[in-house]
Amino acid sequence: MTIYSIIFYLLAILILITTAMAITRRNLVHAVIYLIFSFFGSAMLFYLFGAPLLAVLEVIIYAGAIMVLFLFVVIMMRADTNDERLFAWRQWLPVAVFGLVYIAIGVGIITTEPNSRITLKTARAAPKVFGQFIFEHHWLSIEIVSLLLLVALAGALIMGRRSRRPSGAETTNGEL
Amino acid sequence: MIVPFGHVIILAGLLFLMGILCVVARRSLIMIVLGIEIMLNAVAILLVGSSLLWQHLEGQAIVLFVFAIAAAEVSIGLALIVWAYRRTGSMDPSDYNLLK
Repeated sequence: MTIYSIIFYLLAILILITTAMAITRRNLVHAVIYLIFSFFGSAMLFYLFGAPLLAVLEVIIYAGAIMVLFLFVVIMMRADTNDERLFAWRQWLPVAVFGLVYIAIGVGIITTEPNSRITLKTARAAPKVFGQFIFEHHWLSIEIVSLLLLVALAGALIMGRRSRRPSGAETTNGEL
Repeated sequence: MIVPFGHVIILAGLLFLMGILCVVARRSLIMIVLGIEIMLNAVAILLVGSSLLWQHLEGQAIVLFVFAIAAAEVSIGLALIVWAYRRTGSMDPSDYNLLK
């Protein structure tokens, strides 16, 4: 039991508890804030696994950008789910079936997989090395992903624009 | 020495299961998109762990693309939710019955 394994188990418990709190909250703002804690835990886990650049990106993108976007939408729409029954009765069956099948398959995989008994060794991918690796081997994927982000930006802009009132020529016929 | 790789799989699997639970059982569209985010995060944890197991940077490279796709997905998804909320005044997917 080294200091690294103690840190791992602490972070794992933190992540699991905050995520469980997040998915059971009725108040959406509380759910989003619990999830921010969960993503901070994941970022520290990435750092422990030797990916400092990804840890920073997790904080910036997930805990920063995405969760703030969620907070904006929740507050802007005054989304209120206080009358929501958390687990509707007709949804219990798929939840139970999928959960049990998933747990059975997962236990099977983990017990039979020989790699799962190998103990991880600490290593660290310096951001410079990681960046050089990315741009040597995956430069085309980087370009495609940047194009995807541009398309997403344009799409969100078009979707978010307030729809115009139909013009007079269209409405005089009684139909739109 | 950190932990056996199986424990990382268990952590990622439990997180993924929570994401599925959130998507299947919650009835607000915002919680459904949050569940997808939880699932993507679980996948990212497993990829970084396997990258450490094989001492290869490929897993971390895939996580970078997962981040970018999560950002694109959540911006489009939230824009769609806002659009649907303006049209119908509801965020429950079972209220969207325009085609019935």
